[in-house]
Amino acid sequence: MSLSLFLVQLVNGVEYGLLLFLVASGLTLVFGVLGVLNFAHGSFYMLGAYLAWWVSARSGSLLLGIAIGLPAMVLIGLLVERLAIARLYSRDHLSQVLLTYGLVLLFNELQSVLFGNDVHGVDTPEALSWAVRLGEQTWPAWRAFTSLACICIAVAMRQIVLGTRFGMRVRAGASNPEMVEALGIDVRRLFATLFSAGTALAGLAGMLAAPLTTVYPGMGESVLILSFVVVVIGGIGSIKGAFFGALLVGLADTFGKVLLPGFASAMVYAVMAAVLLWRPRGLLGAAAEGR
Amino acid sequence: MRRQALLLAAAAALAAVAFSGDRFWLQFLGKAMIGCILAIGLDLLVGFTGMVSLAHSAFFGLAAYALALLTNRLGLVNPLVTLPACIAFAAAAALVIGWLSLRATGVYFIMVTLAFTQMLYYLFNDSPALGGSDGLYVQARPVDSRVAAYVVIWLALIAVYLVLSRVLRAPYGRVLEGIRGNEQRMRSLGYPTRRYKLVAFVIAGATAGVAGYLDATLYGFVNPAQLGWRQSGLILVTVLLGGKGTLYGPAFGALLLAFIEHYGEKVTEHWNALIAALVIAVVLFLPRGLAGLLQGRPRG
Repeated sequence: MSLSLFLVQLVNGVEYGLLLFLVASGLTLVFGVLGVLNFAHGSFYMLGAYLAWWVSARSGSLLLGIAIGLPAMVLIGLLVERLAIARLYSRDHLSQVLLTYGLVLLFNELQSVLFGNDVHGVDTPEALSWAVRLGEQTWPAWRAFTSLACICIAVAMRQIVLGTRFGMRVRAGASNPEMVEALGIDVRRLFATLFSAGTALAGLAGMLAAPLTTVYPGMGESVLILSFVVVVIGGIGSIKGAFFGALLVGLADTFGKVLLPGFASAMVYAVMAAVLLWRPRGLLGAAAEGR
Repeated sequence: MRRQALLLAAAAALAAVAFSGDRFWLQFLGKAMIGCILAIGLDLLVGFTGMVSLAHSAFFGLAAYALALLTNRLGLVNPLVTLPACIAFAAAAALVIGWLSLRATGVYFIMVTLAFTQMLYYLFNDSPALGGSDGLYVQARPVDSRVAAYVVIWLALIAVYLVLSRVLRAPYGRVLEGIRGNEQRMRSLGYPTRRYKLVAFVIAGATAGVAGYLDATLYGFVNPAQLGWRQSGLILVTVLLGGKGTLYGPAFGALLLAFIEHYGEKVTEHWNALIAALVIAVVLFLPRGLAGLLQGRPRG
C-alpha cells in the first residue's frame, strides 16, 4: 500500500467513524439516560437523508435541505418521544424493543409511500464539489467538510455535557436516573430534549452522508447495527466511549475492505467480540451494571 | 383449561391438514410450524431465563448448512444419521458461543450474541466454497414426500413443545425461573447460575437446529440470509408478540405472523404497516402479548 493510498484510507476511515459517532452518540445517551433501547434510531438517519434529498432535488441546494431538515428532525423526535417512547419508560427493555421495531416497520412503509423505493443520488453543493490532493490520490471536499462538521459538533457536545447545567443533568441521568428524578429535576423535559437532540443528530448524519452513499430504502439498518456495535464497544452511556468506538469501527471497516477483502464485513464484529471478551462492559463502561 | 383445549384443537387442526394433501397448505403451514419451533425455543431463553439472544438464527442456519454439506459432500441422506448429526452440530456451536457470550450480561450479552451471528453470516456469505450469498441446494432431501415432510415437522413441533414444558416443570426449570427473577440470590443459594444458563442456551440452540434441519428438508435450499441478525430479530419479535414466558404464546405468535404475511401481501403491498400497527397495539394495550388474552385479569 502506497503512502498516499494509506492516507486516503486513513482520512476516509476517520470520516466514516465521525459520521457513525453522530448516530451513536444519540443512541448511547438515549439508552444510558432514558433507558430505552431504540431500534428506530436508524430510521431517523434514513429520514434525514430522504429529507435532504427531497429538498435539494426541488431547490437545487443540499445546504437548504439541511437547514430545513434539521428543525424537521427535532420536531419528529419530539413527536415520537411524546406519542410512543414516553409511554414505555416504566416498562422493561423488551417492550421497548418491540415498540421501536414496530416504529422501524412504520417508518420504512412511510418512506416507501412518501418517497418511493428508487435509489437517488444527491449532488454536493457547488462550492464543495472539488477535491483535496493527497499525493496521487484525491479526497472529495465534501468528505472534508463532513469530517469538520462532525468534529465541531463533537467539541460542542463536549462543552455542553461538561460545562452546562443541562449537561450536568445528562451526566447525572446517565449514572443514576432514579436519583435525578428524586432530586426534583423535570425528568420529562430532560428526556424529551435528549431524545429529540439524538434524533436530530442521527438525521444530520443521514443528510451529510446522502451525497456519499446515495439515498435508498433500508439505508438506516446497517448504520443502526454498526451504531449499536459502537455504543457497546465504547460502553453504554459514555459519549467519550462512543467517540473512540466510532473511530475504531470506522477505521476497522475501511482498512478491512482494503487489506482483507473477503473478511472485511466480519472484521467489525470480530473487533466487537474481542473488545467485549476482554472488557465485558465496553472500553469506558461503568463498573457496575445498573440496568 | 381453556388454554389446553385451544392447544389440542390447534394441534389437531394442523394434523388434519396432512390428510388434505394440498400442496400450498402443506408448504405454508410446514413453514409456519418451523417458525413455531424457533419461537418456542427462544422463549426458553427470553421468557423463562431472562436471556435475550440474537444468535438463535445462527444455530438454525448452521444446522441447515450442516445438512446441505453432509448430503452434498459425503452423500449422507438417511435422517436417522443426518438429524442427530445436525442437531449435535448446532448444540456444539451453541456450547462454544454460549460459553464465550455468557461472560457478558444484560445488553452486552445481546450484543455479543449479535456479533457472533454476524460473523457467521459473513463467513457463509463471503466464502464461495460454502455457496456464498447464493446459498446451497440440498441435493437429496432426507424426507422426499411433501406429506411425510409435513408430518415430520408436526411431530417435531409437538416433541419440542412437550420436552420444553417437561424441562420447565422439572427442578432445573424452576432454577431457570429463579435466575430470571434474581440471579444474585440464586448464586448465593449455591446454584452455579452460569452453568444453568449455558445448558439452557445449548438446549435452545439444539431446538433451533431442529428447525433449521426441517427448513432445509422442506425447501431443499439454504442461504446466508437465514443466518443473519434480521432473522433473529424477527424470532424475538414473534416471542414478544405472542407473549414471552408461556411457550404456547410464541407459537401462536408465529402462526399469526405467517397468516398476516400471506394474506396481507394479497391485500396491499404495504402489508408491513399492518404488522407495525399490530406490534405497536400489542405493546401499548397487551403488555403480556397475545397470550395475555387467554390469561384473564392480571394478578395483583
